[in-house]
Amino acid sequence: MTGRRVVVTGLGTVNPVGADPQSFWKNLLDGKSGISTIQGFDASHLPVRIAGEVASFDPELYIPKKEARRLDRFAQLFWAASDQALNDAGLDYRDAGEEAYRAGVVVGSGIGGIISIQNGVDTIRDRGPDRVSPLVVTQIIANGAGGMVSIAYGLQGPNTCVVTACAASANAIGDAAEIIKRDDADVMLAGGSEAALAEFPVAAFAQTRALSTRNDEPERASRPFDADRDGFVMAEGAAVLVLEEFEHAKARGATIYAEVVGYGMSADGYHITLPRPGGMGAARAMQRALDNARLGPEDIGYINAHGTSTPANDTTETAAIKLAFGDAAYRVPVSSTKSMTGHLLGGAGALESIACVLAIRDGVIPPTINLENPDPECDLDYVPNTAREVKVRRAMTNSFGFGGHNVALVFSAV
Amino acid sequence: MERSEIEAGLKELLVNDLGVEAENITNASTFEQDLEVDSLGVVELLMALEDKYGVKIPDEEAESITTVGEAVDLVHDKLSASQGG
Repeated sequence: MTGRRVVVTGLGTVNPVGADPQSFWKNLLDGKSGISTIQGFDASHLPVRIAGEVASFDPELYIPKKEARRLDRFAQLFWAASDQALNDAGLDYRDAGEEAYRAGVVVGSGIGGIISIQNGVDTIRDRGPDRVSPLVVTQIIANGAGGMVSIAYGLQGPNTCVVTACAASANAIGDAAEIIKRDDADVMLAGGSEAALAEFPVAAFAQTRALSTRNDEPERASRPFDADRDGFVMAEGAAVLVLEEFEHAKARGATIYAEVVGYGMSADGYHITLPRPGGMGAARAMQRALDNARLGPEDIGYINAHGTSTPANDTTETAAIKLAFGDAAYRVPVSSTKSMTGHLLGGAGALESIACVLAIRDGVIPPTINLENPDPECDLDYVPNTAREVKVRRAMTNSFGFGGHNVALVFSAV
Repeated sequence: MERSEIEAGLKELLVNDLGVEAENITNASTFEQDLEVDSLGVVELLMALEDKYGVKIPDEEAESITTVGEAVDLVHDKLSASQGG
């Protein structure tokens, strides 16, 4: 094939820990939790009353007022992160001519505009079918976020959407990199967004029994690999990376953060929410990503784990890392930044990719906070509670989704 | 209700809900061309007018509305008819 290489040249994120990549990274290294009692709506009657909210997000910082009111919150967050990422990369396609045909978007979302679904159903029940807003359709569709960003920034190349639950934005990055490698585009915005903090989705997720109910100690609720973990903590937010063909980036003197070198996927083929016991499904995704990168286990200096803080995930993922990495599993630092951010569902893979890219740039690994009493079945080096300065040349991030989707990505210093 | 009251009410919806600049709005302004309110926005606007004035605008009548003046006239006619009847 053409041997085209794909690098990261821009970052953007709005999440519970930070409203941009710089503050996100600083707070992550300081071990700050973004989890708190839910303020955005009345959750007092729900079994789960904690989440990672993007407090005081003002969409009009990024989006014209006229457009902002037409968007679901997940699309507003994606627009904001996309704006940051494009600015960071120094790219703008609004008056770019045919170059804009070579720039596109892949957005991942677990659900799409679920707050708009909830509001639309409330309206039809309370006020009748002729009171349902004509905007609800475009607010709900998961691909709408990528569509709106392509309109706002003139991106007229490939534009798709991945909906693979909590693996969605990891898939988005892998798929976008493949689009560039096969020469269908030179630049792709890749990432994801989720805004599912409303009565209906929180109640629904609570019913799956996958959420932490540590309502009295929000900052201690997300505790991956800890023996006292009791589920994940839902969070909202978006993360976007600008992926760019290497020669294209060099030619314009772009700042290059890292290279996307490996992408692996598998399905558990086992259960709609539970991971396949023993971890072979996830291990195969990691193995595929290593093979794709032509790397071995010893080459990976950091794993950003899926690490949700559910009883099932953390032991199974630990077993999976051992299957994929063999003896090297005990030497590679593994951390779960979800201990601080909570779980951004479809936005998680992209956010954790940003953590990997910055770990490579700065030579420091963000910690797993709240790891006070390790689960005996979780016996790897999880970088407990304090960030660690260590040179990282290559990092892997794992993302697994309801449905049994497993994705691993590998990033490398250039 | 006076026509001018409805005109002011419509203008308020256009400015506050649809982000149109107040100084651009005249009776002759077309929604889609002059005010850049797209077809979804026009549907929203007519729904808001229905709520605000307690009238019902059937789809077949809504489809013929292209200007601010026409929308004001339609609501005015509906209100007059309901008061007359």
